[in-house]
Amino acid sequence: MNQILFKEQLSPDVYRLRVRAPLIAEERQPGQFVILQLDTEYGERIPLTIADADTEEGSITLIVQAVGKSTILLGQMPVGGRIANLVGPLGRPTHIEKVGRVVCVGGGIGVAPLYPIAQGMKKAGNHLTVVIGARTKDLMILEQEMRALADEVLICTDDGTYGHHGLVTAPLKELCAGAPKPDLVVAIGPPLMMKFCAETTKPYGVPTVVSLNSIMIDGTGMCGGCRVTVGGKTKFVCVDGPEFDGHQVDFDQLIQRLGSYRKQETIAADGCHLHTEAKKKGLVE
Amino acid sequence: MEWARLQALPQPLTPRDRLAIPCQEMPAQESLARAQNMQEVTLGYSDEQARVEAERCLQCRNAPCVQGCPVRIQIPQFIAALAAGNPARAIAIIRETSLLPAVCGRVCPQEMQCQAHCTVGKSLKSVDQAVAIGRLERYAADWERTHGAVSPPVVAPATGKKVAVVGSGPAGITVAADVRRAGHEVVLFEAFHKAGGVLVYGIPEFRLPKTIVQAELDALQQMGVTIRTNFVVGRTRKITDLITKDGFDAVFVGSGAGLPKFMEIEGENLVGVYSANEYLTRSNLMKAYDRERAETPIPSARRVAVLGGGNVAMDAARTALRLGAQEVHLIYRRTEVEMPARAEEVRHAKEEGVRIHVLQNAKRILGANGHVTGIECLRHELGDPDSSGRRRSMVIPDSEFQLPIEAVIVAIGNQSNPLIKQTTEGLDVDQWGRIVTDQQGHTSLPNVFAGGDIVLGTATVILAMGEGRRAAAAINEMLQQENSAGVPARHS
Ligand SMILES: Cc1cc2nc3c(=O)[nH]c(=O)nc-3n(C[C@H](O)[C@H](O)[C@H](O)COP(=O)(O)OP(=O)(O)OC[C@H]3O[C@@H](n4cnc5c(N)ncnc54)[C@H](O)[C@@H]3O)c2cc1C
Ligand code: SF4
Ligand code: FES
Repeated sequence: MNQILFKEQLSPDVYRLRVRAPLIAEERQPGQFVILQLDTEYGERIPLTIADADTEEGSITLIVQAVGKSTILLGQMPVGGRIANLVGPLGRPTHIEKVGRVVCVGGGIGVAPLYPIAQGMKKAGNHLTVVIGARTKDLMILEQEMRALADEVLICTDDGTYGHHGLVTAPLKELCAGAPKPDLVVAIGPPLMMKFCAETTKPYGVPTVVSLNSIMIDGTGMCGGCRVTVGGKTKFVCVDGPEFDGHQVDFDQLIQRLGSYRKQETIAADGCHLHTEAKKKGLVE
Repeated sequence: MEWARLQALPQPLTPRDRLAIPCQEMPAQESLARAQNMQEVTLGYSDEQARVEAERCLQCRNAPCVQGCPVRIQIPQFIAALAAGNPARAIAIIRETSLLPAVCGRVCPQEMQCQAHCTVGKSLKSVDQAVAIGRLERYAADWERTHGAVSPPVVAPATGKKVAVVGSGPAGITVAADVRRAGHEVVLFEAFHKAGGVLVYGIPEFRLPKTIVQAELDALQQMGVTIRTNFVVGRTRKITDLITKDGFDAVFVGSGAGLPKFMEIEGENLVGVYSANEYLTRSNLMKAYDRERAETPIPSARRVAVLGGGNVAMDAARTALRLGAQEVHLIYRRTEVEMPARAEEVRHAKEEGVRIHVLQNAKRILGANGHVTGIECLRHELGDPDSSGRRRSMVIPDSEFQLPIEAVIVAIGNQSNPLIKQTTEGLDVDQWGRIVTDQQGHTSLPNVFAGGDIVLGTATVILAMGEGRRAAAAINEMLQQENSAGVPARHS
């Protein structure tokens, strides 16, 4: 179990992995995630959304951005390599039903968790518009997959190298102001992007679901490390979420809590980068 | 010395001689040194100390101590074996009723259980003077382990029946062992990447070395129990699917309490506020104390506040010291008399430098830029006893004061984790989310049993074990009936 069956680099820092996990593949639903750990003694436990699953092969697809120590190592693992610990599916599945017109907004790596939700929304009979945003053209992922699925795809890049020049909130605002206006927006991406998406849709009264990526340890509701304030109440992202009403989430707090370990994590990641560099130069094993 | 003196006395010793033997203190690491390391604080009796302490026992015919023990260990008998210098016999007697003596000898609240009833303590007018039953139990269990005398229990011939145990804490470990012994196949499912439950992620190394828990888990595996970590029952597989699709004949749920309570006060989601579960899991399971190697950190904080007065609060406070805090303030709203923590833990915490503030409670947590900077507390006084008999803690109006603090650990208890309930249709729980069972551990679902903290609310290791033993007996009985009837006689 847990072997990497397939690996592909989607952009300089982003990898698509298919991992053998038959039970998770069978049970998972859109919106759910796994927690993995590469070293049983000292490794961190990191949550990753399940981007897709293949019950026949008994595999799940993970899309990983190599940003921290574990994700960098994961990106370096060979096909056939085994992930020490993998648990899931965790979290509540996305509530999918036919509501009419759905806009799915994905920023950066957030397009990966968005994909199964977009799939589900389309399958349920909704009209589907997908808005994809990335810093630059090279960092855009899953564009073809989304095009194959959606009724309409809008592309934005921060630097204008592809599609609209600017943030995803610009086309989102147009969609909300237009007629017929969307019945539901699902926004997944960096916390700041989700915050601005929620602020954009709010004046139009368009229900907006966001998927939060807080720090987690157990993922079963035991530690409370993943907590956020939603509508003035404390919620645990791993069991009450990961999806919440974007208009109710205290994003500033989420961002602060995410940043709380940044110093340590960057140090760990830097150490790892250095190791990779040193390895390239043949300085270490 | 004391042993030589005792041997010089005319034998057998009179009760008077026995009452005159001083209670044997257990050697411990020096308090300031140990507050800097993770190694076990107490070191256990020497052979001679154990014999001296065992000689203090009066061998009461009515054995009041046994009544105080939730699993009714034959206390005078095992103590007599120790006094006779026969630890092998002592541990055999303990093992007739207890499965985890090395653990319970260390973590049971003996002063509220067996030792509370001890005649010696009563005669000497102090529970502290009771026979140190827990230390003797620990001695016997450690003797067994360090002398390689542990033999895995005999397993009956295979029955063809299969039992799933959910959760690998003391309740789950007990059920796995007892059910496996009867010849049934057992799979122990654990959500975390390591088995052991609270014994591994909650109770720190300095109070319960992980090698002891590991020895118990190794013994289970030697008996043929399969341990499947990284498996969240309810998510990875539903309980009903375990029975209908995977062919399990019975399921035992021992998933623990595991949902931390917060104070619900201002500032509780600031960076630097942790539940004790999170803090202890980071330190114990994820090894944050090993700053060089651990990838799951606990940022250092010089001044730490811990809210609560139970074992969990003491463990968190003492862990904070070991992680480098210069000041640890433990804030409790009643007095030391009402503290639910084991007396030994409170004493050890104080010796190590934890500052205990009684009759105070947090009102709000202060912050700047999203991080904790302090805590505002209110003073309390004791009022009339409440329904549980504990005196109520009442706020003194306008008594606010502030303490500068960099981290806050909330250790005010756990509620029941709702995950199993949410994913198992037809499983009855009470208003607090605890699974409802009868005396034998049957739940509202056929062939599904439960025990431990998920049934009792937050309790103790020994109670979890006791529940596990009863449920295992009921499971074994049910499966035996099915086998002899030749048809599955589903219990309902
Ligand atoms: C810090 C701390 C200190 C304590 N100190 C003492 C003490 O000194 N003395 C004492 O007697 N008691 C003490 N206790 C209490 C004692 O540890 C508990 O009462 C006891 O561990 C309960 O046992 P259990 O088997 O019911 O559950 P737990 O030990 O909680 O084990 C439950 C296990 O089930 C797993 N699990 C949960 N849900 C699922 C699922 N859906 N699928 C698979 N696995 C699952 C959990 O990960 C966990 O490993 C302490 C508790 C804590 C937290
Ligand atoms: S009550 Fe105390 S003295 Fe009496 S048998 Fe029990 S341990 Fe011994
Ligand atoms: S990750 Fe521990 S409660 Fe959510």
